Amino acid sequence: MSTKKGLNLTLKIWRQKNNKSKGQFETYKISDVSTDSSFLEMLDMLNENLINEGQEPIAFDHDCREGICGMCSLYINGRPHGPDTGITTCQLHMRMFQDGETIHIEPWRSAAFPIIKDLVTDRSSFDRVMAAGGFISVNTSGNTLDANAILVPKEDADNAMDAAACIGCGACVATCKNGSAMLFVGAKVTQLALLPQGRIEAERRVLNMVKAMDEEGFGNCSNTGACEVECPKGITLSVIAKMNREYMAAAIDKG
Amino acid sequence: MSKLDSKIPAGPLADKWKNHKDHMNLVSPNNRDKIDIIVVGTGLAGGSAAATLAEQGYNVKAFCYQDSPRRAHSIAAQGGINAAKNYQGDGDSVYRLFYDTIKGGDYRSREANVYRLAEVSSSIIDQCVAQGVPFGREYGGQLDNRSFGGVQVKRTFYAKGQTGQQLLLGAYSAMSRQIGKGRIKMYNRHEMLELVIVDGKARGIIARNLVTGEIEKHSAHAVVIASGGYGNVYFLSTNAMGSNVSAAWKIHKKGAYFANPCFVQIHPTCIPVHGTAQSKLTLMSESLRNSGRIWVPKNIEDAVAIREGKLKAENIPAENRDYYLERRYPAFGNLVPRDVASRAAKERCDAGYGIENNETHEGVYLDFSTEILKKGNEAAIEKNIHNPTPQQIYDLGKAWIEEKYGNLFVMYEKITADNPYVTPMKIYPAVHYTMGGVWVDYNLQSTIPGCFVIGEANFSDHGANRLGASALMQGLADGYFVLPYTIADYLAADIRTGAIPTDTPEFTTAEKEIQDKVNFFINNKGNHSVDYFHKKLGHIMWNKVGMGRTPEGLKEAIREIEEVRRDFWADVKVPGDANGMNMELEKAFRVADFLELGQLMAMDALEREESCGGHFRWDHATPEGEAERDDEHFKYVAAWEYQGDNINQEVVHKEDLIYENIEVKTRSYK
Ligand SMILES: Cc1cc2nc3c(=O)[nH]c(=O)nc-3n(C[C@H](O)[C@H](O)[C@H](O)COP(=O)(O)OP(=O)(O)OC[C@H]3O[C@@H](n4cnc5c(N)ncnc54)[C@H](O)[C@@H]3O)c2cc1C
Ligand code: SF4
Ligand code: FES
Repeated sequence: MSTKKGLNLTLKIWRQKNNKSKGQFETYKISDVSTDSSFLEMLDMLNENLINEGQEPIAFDHDCREGICGMCSLYINGRPHGPDTGITTCQLHMRMFQDGETIHIEPWRSAAFPIIKDLVTDRSSFDRVMAAGGFISVNTSGNTLDANAILVPKEDADNAMDAAACIGCGACVATCKNGSAMLFVGAKVTQLALLPQGRIEAERRVLNMVKAMDEEGFGNCSNTGACEVECPKGITLSVIAKMNREYMAAAIDKG
Repeated sequence: MSKLDSKIPAGPLADKWKNHKDHMNLVSPNNRDKIDIIVVGTGLAGGSAAATLAEQGYNVKAFCYQDSPRRAHSIAAQGGINAAKNYQGDGDSVYRLFYDTIKGGDYRSREANVYRLAEVSSSIIDQCVAQGVPFGREYGGQLDNRSFGGVQVKRTFYAKGQTGQQLLLGAYSAMSRQIGKGRIKMYNRHEMLELVIVDGKARGIIARNLVTGEIEKHSAHAVVIASGGYGNVYFLSTNAMGSNVSAAWKIHKKGAYFANPCFVQIHPTCIPVHGTAQSKLTLMSESLRNSGRIWVPKNIEDAVAIREGKLKAENIPAENRDYYLERRYPAFGNLVPRDVASRAAKERCDAGYGIENNETHEGVYLDFSTEILKKGNEAAIEKNIHNPTPQQIYDLGKAWIEEKYGNLFVMYEKITADNPYVTPMKIYPAVHYTMGGVWVDYNLQSTIPGCFVIGEANFSDHGANRLGASALMQGLADGYFVLPYTIADYLAADIRTGAIPTDTPEFTTAEKEIQDKVNFFINNKGNHSVDYFHKKLGHIMWNKVGMGRTPEGLKEAIREIEEVRRDFWADVKVPGDANGMNMELEKAFRVADFLELGQLMAMDALEREESCGGHFRWDHATPEGEAERDDEHFKYVAAWEYQGDNINQEVVHKEDLIYENIEVKTRSYK
């Protein structure tokens, strides 16, 4: 059972007015933070204090606050989504921290995710990679086959679901020393490659997505595996292997 | 004069939609690229609509306030989506889905709309499977189904506990395809702040670019609002933090009627409030009620001991547990509809049996131990394990639960630090879904010509109470299969109109109004943050316009909200400037609208002198405390018309609900 405690903390937070200005760390103190609060609730508290003192609150991205929309980000003490595994920042709770601790909070840092303000970055490069091929080309008219006419082995459906669980948060890119987006792209390629509906355009898909990924300035994968460690949804390196196989086959085919 | 014409097509119920489609005007393919359509919102409703309209050949401009359409609130839906496929052969049919939905909605929805919803439901599944949505499958490769609260068949399709996510990613991928082709122009991080009407027709919007702060004018031949629900009027809810009513409220202020605002769904299975710093409540999927049993201690001393941390749930023997849903509603047990389950939990907690160890005492148990035992035994037999040990049974049962609900259990443990495989989950009702919304006719058009409203933002399909797994169904039905037809009927008149210019007085005036409001917020020398006012509003709403309502309470709420509104405009403080990202400014616009809507919700709740679905009036209850509906006087849709700043002067119009195909009955789950 959780025993609630009030923490006193020092926060070192990256402040940056906009994309054009230079940023720097600022230090803030906060007291009596409930260990039952989430990390973002702690930031809400801080913001409320800042507003009351007439300062500008800290901008950070968030929406669902339950680990599914992929909107929250934050580099906390040198790790994307902070010191816990398998979670997003909104799922991080203050019971993970000690009274008196100093916490460093930074935005995602990657060339492909430019900073917009404070802790907010622009991840629309992911959307552009998706628009290059992250879909099955099917009319949305509903005049398709009866759903059960497409049989999918349970195992394939389950594996496709595991890959499809990616929330597009960008932690994989943020943590990668090369800024590679292979885990994100590999997850989509794998999901669609596993399903019979997705097979027909698999070659085109992987070629286009990889091309778009390179154009967006994401780095290459050197198999360090940091992405897998930080992914909140447990996407594994196997999706990168799968993507590489798909890519090789497609490239040879087109060769 | 009332503008309420529901435009329900004539003819037998089962043929209405088909006949209507056969006789609607069309826009021929070569004319579609002469037409622009704005879609506000990229959740299931807006995303599916934008993709479909673009595919048909219209020029679509889509807007969302998040950084990507993939993050719309629909992403959070967990449990599943209904469809009358009858794959399980358990007697499901279009009629039965229609019937359950009407009954579940306490006979306050439109027959024709609901029938159409049931009718197109099975196409949704076909569509999503074709798009690659990885629904749960059986070993034979066929789709699997589960059952949900309020129904007695298995018609719910699911993708683990992430159904909304997968359906939204399906719609998002269809959108992405059209974005790639240049047929959808996507405006991320843009918020619609005003509707522009030219010659009586919706012709565009004013939006704020949330990155640069620029106020932008966008024109189109029609505007589709798909901006989701307004549950965040309560501050705490299961909705995403940014969910708001602004788009819907702005069109209301421009002439669209707002229907049944008091119909709010309180979801029975959420994680209880932990303290005053709380920002958001988390839902535990309703599908858990398939496997979990809900109880509180039978003896009040045990409840007290639990709250004081002196006793653990798992140490209370079965005979000292009150499985109050099974006791009160033997036919449906733990699967009664949401309003019934929520009220029953409140009743037990109000009576002192709540188990949460904080000031609220609000919480009941959702216990999986019986299911773990049962599934463990079944699995042992299946695996030919004779004389399994209790540990083996437990392990097998746990594995079964893990496979089915694993991610939810992890989520729960992350939030509460309790292991729900050992200690039963603690749950309590929370504001979840809003059945009220903009009034629309059968074509999903509001009372403003050319302004259509789809998904949770409209009112039409769920009545006073929404059954589980039917919001996703409605969002996609509207977006993929209904709106694309009905909007063509309207747009057929516009093929010669040409592009709508944005340099007209209508656009300039609307732009200036928004600019003035931005300036006001930035310059107001107030003392309190936006959240300060939002929390005040939420407090009033939860206590007086929440799970149980009284005439006195509602009157107080109206007065108190007016006061908060006055204070807000006098004393709100928005730091920072307008030329760039300013999240406090975004919130200020949204809370200003919530304050007005909150007042209207209380007015609507006061006016509706009956108990109905999510609207429970203490002065309209049976002696056993069950809701007492009044069909004779209230079988109508209350559609409110804006009359200016003083919300108290809004005028209510009534659309009578006519049931020709269903016998209106008292809802009983005993
Ligand atoms: C936790 C949770 C679980 C749920 N589980 C289920 C379930 O299992 N089954 C089920 O059927 N239903 C479920 N629901 C309900 C269902 O998810 C929603 O009702 C449904 O997704 C609403 O879809 P929508 O497209 O109407 O709106 P939303 O998905 O809310 O989308 C709203 C869109 O509008 C945009 N927007 C809003 N205002 C503006 C503005 N002013 N300017 C620009 N853009 C704007 C947003 O950016 C967003 O894109 C659940 C809901 C929650 C919260
Ligand atoms: S692969 Fe994981 S870390 Fe990368 S975007 Fe997807 S969910 Fe986030
Ligand atoms: S806010 Fe949605 S994942 Fe964190």
